[in-house]
Amino acid sequence: MNADSFIWWDWVDRHLGEIRTATYEHLRLTVIAVGLGFVLSLALALLSLRWRAARAIVTGLAGLLYTIPSLALFAVLVTITGFSTLTAEIGLVGYTLLILVRNIIEGIEGVPAAVREAAEGMGLNPLRRLVAVDLRLATPAIVAGLRIATVTTVGLVTVTGLIGMGGYGSFIDEGLKRSFSTEIVVGAGLSVVMAMALDSVLVGIQRVLTPWQRSSRHRTNLWYELPKPIA
Amino acid sequence: MVPALRLVAVSKRFPGARTDAVADLSLDMPEGTVTALVGPSGCGKTTTLRMINRLVEPTSGSIDLFGTDIRQLDVHELRRRTGYVIQQAGLFPHRTVAANIATVPQLLGWDKQRVRERVDQLVGLVGLDPELLGRYPAELSGGQQQRVGVARALAADPPLLLMDEPYSAVDPIVRAHLQDELLDLQRRVRKTIVLVTHDIDEALKLADQIAVLNIGGVLEQFATPDELLRAPASPFVEQFLGRERALRRLALQPVGTGPIGPVPEVVEGLPTVTTGAPLREALDAIVAWGVEQVVVVGDDGSPVGGLDLLTITERIGNAPSRRDTA
Repeated sequence: MNADSFIWWDWVDRHLGEIRTATYEHLRLTVIAVGLGFVLSLALALLSLRWRAARAIVTGLAGLLYTIPSLALFAVLVTITGFSTLTAEIGLVGYTLLILVRNIIEGIEGVPAAVREAAEGMGLNPLRRLVAVDLRLATPAIVAGLRIATVTTVGLVTVTGLIGMGGYGSFIDEGLKRSFSTEIVVGAGLSVVMAMALDSVLVGIQRVLTPWQRSSRHRTNLWYELPKPIA
Repeated sequence: MVPALRLVAVSKRFPGARTDAVADLSLDMPEGTVTALVGPSGCGKTTTLRMINRLVEPTSGSIDLFGTDIRQLDVHELRRRTGYVIQQAGLFPHRTVAANIATVPQLLGWDKQRVRERVDQLVGLVGLDPELLGRYPAELSGGQQQRVGVARALAADPPLLLMDEPYSAVDPIVRAHLQDELLDLQRRVRKTIVLVTHDIDEALKLADQIAVLNIGGVLEQFATPDELLRAPASPFVEQFLGRERALRRLALQPVGTGPIGPVPEVVEGLPTVTTGAPLREALDAIVAWGVEQVVVVGDDGSPVGGLDLLTITERIGNAPSRRDTA
C-alpha cells in the first residue's frame, strides 16, 4: 500500500472498536441535543404563539445564539462548565432552538383558518385542538425543522469532538494533529453518513405520521431523490 | 310556543371599535325553519351567527336556545349540540372523510359501532358516495367536501344547524345542486337552520324567513321571502333585493298553492304547466307561446285548471284595482 494513500483501509480495520464507540458517542450527543431541543422549542413556540412579546424575545435570542460561531461558544462554555457532556449539550441544544421554534410556529400558524374555526365551533377544547389538530397538521413543518436541526447537530458534534467529547470529531482532531488523512476522512465521512441516515429515518417517521400526504401532491423528498428533469 | 332560538336585544361591539358590529338585534326563529341572515360585508351577519355558538360573546342582550340562555350551558357542550358548517367546509385535512364525519360523536363518547352506523346513515342522507369514506379531504371536489361538511355538522343529530356562507366557495352549478340537496334534506330532518349569506337569491330560495341587515348590524327587515319581495321595508332592502322583484316572487310560488282558473274550453294547442311548477314557468309559457292562458295539469297529466295573466297577477297581489288607482 502506498504511504501517500488518502485512506489506509488497514487502519480502519484495526480501529473498528474505536469507530463503534465514536459512533455511539456521536449518536448519543445528537439524539439528546435534538430531543431536548425539541421539547424546549415546543414549549417556547407555544409560549410565543400565546404572547406576542414572548415571540419577539424568543426568536430574537434564539437568532442571536445561532450567530455565535460554534467553536467560540464551546470554548467559552468550557471555562464555565468544564469539559463535560453538559457543556456540549448546552451548545448543541442552543443551536437547534432557532430552527425548531421557527418551524413549530410556522407549522401551527399554517393550519388553515377554516380548520381552526371548525375545530372550535364543533366543541373541541383547547388542549384537544392543540394536540389533535394544530400539532398534527404542523407535523410536516415540524419534521422539516427536525431534519435540519438533526443534520446540523450531527455536524456540530464533530466540533464538540475537538473539545474532547468523543464522537467522530475526535478522529478529525487527531488526524489534524498528526497530519494523518485517513482519520480525517473517516471522521468526516462517517459524520456525513450519519447525517443522511438520521435524515432518512425522520422522513420515514414523517411518512408514517402523515398518511394524508401520501398522494402525489405532497411528497417529501429524500436527499437521494432529486427532482425529475423536465422532459 | 317557545321559539327554537331567540335573540333578545343582542349587541356586539368589538374591543377598540368605535361602532357596533351588531346593534340591538332581536329575532325569533321557530323550530324547524330556515332563517337567513343577509346583508353586505360589515353588516354583522357572521358575528351574529358566531354569537349563537359563542365563538363571539355578545356585549349585551341574550340568546335563548329552546328557552335556555346559552350562557348557562357549557360552551363546548353547546357547540357539540350545534351543527356548524362553514365556507371551504373546514374539514380536517389529516382525517379521512369517515373520521371527519365522526368527530362530534367521538367527542360525545359514542361507542364504535354506533359511530359507524351513524356515519353510514349520514353518507346516504347527504348523497355522498360511500367509497369516499376512506379518502382524505384533499382528494375530494369542492362540492363533495361541502357535503362532508354538512354530514359532519349533522353527525350528532343537533337540533340547531348554523351555516356560514356554506356554498360561496363552489361554482354556481354545484351551488345550485347543493342548495336543492339542502332543501330536500331539510324536508326530511326538519332542523332549525340559521344561514348566513351575502347572496339574496340563495336566501330567497332556501329560507323561510330572512333578516336583512345593514352596516353596523342594524336590522332593516325580518320577513318571509314573499313578504320581502312584495313590500321591502326600506330603500336599502329594495336596493339589496335588486330588480325584477315580481318575477322573483313568481319563481317562489308553486302553481298549485293558490287559486287557479277553470280548465279552458279548448286545451289543444295550449302549453301546460304542472301544479308543482313555479308561477314564473306559467308566465314564461304564456309569453313564449303568445297565448292567453296555460293549462294546469296534475301529476298524472290530466288538466285541473287554467292560468291566465290576470290570475297570475292577482296571485302576487298586484290586483288591477291597485293599478287603476296608480
